[in-house]
Amino acid sequence: MSWLQHVNVKVYARTAAPDLTPAIDIFHRWIQSEYGDHLLLDVADYRHVPAGPGVILVAHEAIYGLDEAGHQLGMLYNRRTRVAGEAADAIGLSWREALAACAQLEKEPEFGGELQFDGAVAEVFVNDRRLAPNDEATAERLRAELQPIAEQVLGSGCELRRLGEQRDRIGFLCRGGQELSVADAQSRLSG
Amino acid sequence: MKVSNGSWSELLADKVPADLAAEIDVFENEIALKRQDRIDDRVFAETRLRRGVYGQRYDNGHRHDGLQTRELDFPEKLTKGPDTAWDAPGMQRIKIPFGGLNAEQIEVLADLSEEYSDGISHITTRQDVQLHFIHVADTPDLMRRLAAVGITTREACGNSVRNVTACPIAGVCHTQAFDVTPYADAMARFLLGHPDVQDFGRKFKIAFSGCRHEACGLVRLHDMGAIAVTRQVDGKAERGFELYVGGGLGSVPHQAKLLEDFVVPDELLPMAQAISRVYARLGEKKNRAAARIKFLIAKLGVDEFRRLVREERATLAEDPRWTDYMEGAEEFAESPLADGSSASRDGAAHSDNGAADYATWLEDNVYRQRQAGYSTVTVALPLGDITASQMRALADIARRYTRETVRTTVEQNIVIRWVPDGRLAELYGELAAADLAASGAGTIVDITSCPGTDTCKLGIASSRGLAAELRERLLAKSYELDASVRGLRIKVSGCFNSCGQHHVSDIGFYGVSRKRNNITVPHFQVVLGGQWQENAGSYGLAIGAVPSRRIPDAVDTITSRYLADRDGDESFQDFIQRVGKADLKGMLEGLSDVPTYEVDASYYSDWGDPRVFTTGDMGIGECAGEVVAPIDFQLTAAEREAFEAQLHQESGHLEKAARTAYGAMVNAAAALLRYHHGGELPTGSANGSGDHDQVVAAFRTDLYDTELFFDPFAKGKFGAYLLKASSHDSADYDEDGVRQLIEESQLFIEAAHACYARLADEAALV
Repeated sequence: MSWLQHVNVKVYARTAAPDLTPAIDIFHRWIQSEYGDHLLLDVADYRHVPAGPGVILVAHEAIYGLDEAGHQLGMLYNRRTRVAGEAADAIGLSWREALAACAQLEKEPEFGGELQFDGAVAEVFVNDRRLAPNDEATAERLRAELQPIAEQVLGSGCELRRLGEQRDRIGFLCRGGQELSVADAQSRLSG
Repeated sequence: MKVSNGSWSELLADKVPADLAAEIDVFENEIALKRQDRIDDRVFAETRLRRGVYGQRYDNGHRHDGLQTRELDFPEKLTKGPDTAWDAPGMQRIKIPFGGLNAEQIEVLADLSEEYSDGISHITTRQDVQLHFIHVADTPDLMRRLAAVGITTREACGNSVRNVTACPIAGVCHTQAFDVTPYADAMARFLLGHPDVQDFGRKFKIAFSGCRHEACGLVRLHDMGAIAVTRQVDGKAERGFELYVGGGLGSVPHQAKLLEDFVVPDELLPMAQAISRVYARLGEKKNRAAARIKFLIAKLGVDEFRRLVREERATLAEDPRWTDYMEGAEEFAESPLADGSSASRDGAAHSDNGAADYATWLEDNVYRQRQAGYSTVTVALPLGDITASQMRALADIARRYTRETVRTTVEQNIVIRWVPDGRLAELYGELAAADLAASGAGTIVDITSCPGTDTCKLGIASSRGLAAELRERLLAKSYELDASVRGLRIKVSGCFNSCGQHHVSDIGFYGVSRKRNNITVPHFQVVLGGQWQENAGSYGLAIGAVPSRRIPDAVDTITSRYLADRDGDESFQDFIQRVGKADLKGMLEGLSDVPTYEVDASYYSDWGDPRVFTTGDMGIGECAGEVVAPIDFQLTAAEREAFEAQLHQESGHLEKAARTAYGAMVNAAAALLRYHHGGELPTGSANGSGDHDQVVAAFRTDLYDTELFFDPFAKGKFGAYLLKASSHDSADYDEDGVRQLIEESQLFIEAAHACYARLADEAALV
């Protein structure tokens, strides 16, 4: 089992936050239709919290969220259970799941095309301060694991910028140099 | 669950006190044993509850998704309590004695909310912090990280002494007798894990207030409460406490009774110990519905209870902890970080340009302390929720402006104490940058709500959904609201258990359900005229149930009427009393109609939740119907009678009120019996209202003994109200007794509605 677990990926939205109310209906519908064959448990509404988790879909293995942290809307995939394989598998799985949720949300009629995601920008961070303390050694270790995957998705010119301050969870903002749709990002990640 | 579980123990070995470390190790071992199925479910459930590890909605492994009830097929097939799936997300309650937090504790709470929960720390109506969607396997490390900064979750839930609460402005308040903080802290420490508090039949809640007349610690609604008072002895002010016992909200609210009018500080802890021992010895253990201390005191009478407590006190062996803390208690005082006159670096910008938002915030959220030059600032949190980033910003602010003097409040907010007045504008700017500068603290937009159906297993309706909707609508027009309306308080509970403290608000709501057009529809009971001041001095009474969708209209109707008909500076409570409940009920009647599903489906789902409220009997054919079953009329008539009982009570006709309340229960029982028996009352009970005994006897055999009437959680509690009332003569009740009987009759009728819904569901399935 890899040292790297509980990888979170937030794919940024292209647009400023639209009214997130439709997400409540959509996520409930995902539960009804057993989206992604996951064990989906419940929906929680945090629209009242400024720059908060927005609307979340709680699954057994992860929490999906139309997240507004930092006043940046995005699709956050927060992995809660362990992932088998290497570090790259853990990163790849979370990134794939985040992109898949983005692709599905873009198709949902309630948003009327207003909600679009940017396949070229994603935050990748580790939600476990014990496994991945926010220090230089861990940062280098994480960068080494993340860089090839980021380049695979975003291209060789992509930029990895360290996120936040020391008390935040360790992570990088990954930004590609060119326009990238969610579908293309998915395609590159699975390629 | 976290891959890193277990690894915090070593890392924090030097930081966790040995006793707490040992306790958490024991709990971790119990989890391991449970995983091997070597601990009984019930025992493990109480074990984890006493560590604050609580269940959450759907943890029985089933959830209705709006179309069908689905089994939640968790990977682990273990249980963590009776009918409670191991993998089901739960809630972690974290005790914060008197609400006191320092910056490091705030930062750790932020980390835990991110890593184990959904990024939100939720402040409760008892100054706790709750984290949701937690896996039970994660809790030992979570507890270790809290213990490393001096926080324990021990006895946060279960049949134990819960968080000891206190007025959040104790020590800085103008009306206090003295600062109750050191006494509340000592009480919390003394009773934590004490052998004499381990055998209670139910939970035990304690509160401290610095004065009688403000809302303060809400002493009158607690199992035990202490109000600071002083008396003159030899020309010197001596400290003491008025000690109250037997208060509580829940389904049947009780006002606490005065046990002792002056308890000197040396006697405070031994008296609490004596009370605990009497409660543990004589309190109900089997019937949970009657196990709170309020029922024991109601049964014994406060005079006999006092005699028993004094007798018990005399037998206690001396304990140095009773008084050890007192050295320094009288001198206890927080201190500021900077001189009160220290000027803001950029404060002038806010004050000079007269920004309306800043002025409103100053008016609503800033309390000028008794110490000249300092203020306590309320950070108003929407529905008590705060993000991890906001918590960190708050910790930074607490360090920069104060000596980390932060407290949570029972109105689900946070206060920052000892802010120099000269830095208020600067502070406002920093709070605004963290989205923490919302004004409206303590006003009509600052709505309190329990978790309700969002996460609570007992929730009937969506209290948070309603609170969020009301807040949004009221915020949109808050600047237009008259000051008399803006100053009102709204509190919402998801069910009759009152965790949202709806009984002590101007306008309160609690979730119920009603069968309308053959479908169960979410409703809220409207409770008006409760009193927040005077330590929760009086409780409001239910006026009537309104469909959840129409509650915003109900708020508009009530506040508009208050504004139009208010007599001068008349308070809302006085207005409610003057107008009378009959008139108020009439005002809401136009809001009770529910259109058919085809006309407006929104009535059949709750706020923030698109699922139909119940679908067990829902189908196109049934939705189309407009047939009203006789039982609907009969239960409505019983509700009306219960309401009339309130009117009789208000006008002082106690016997008539008791007779009417009892009659309402009997008629609700008769309605159910008729429904159960296909339209006729069973042989031996008559149709007339004069044969109450026969109806009660039939109710006992057909609905109570068979457990058909039993609530899934409260079991036979509500049915027992009718059986108990049948053995009393109406003339026997005093004023408190009548009030309780009326409350019980309303709850019995609510239970009859719920029973009808269950029977109808079962019939539809057949």
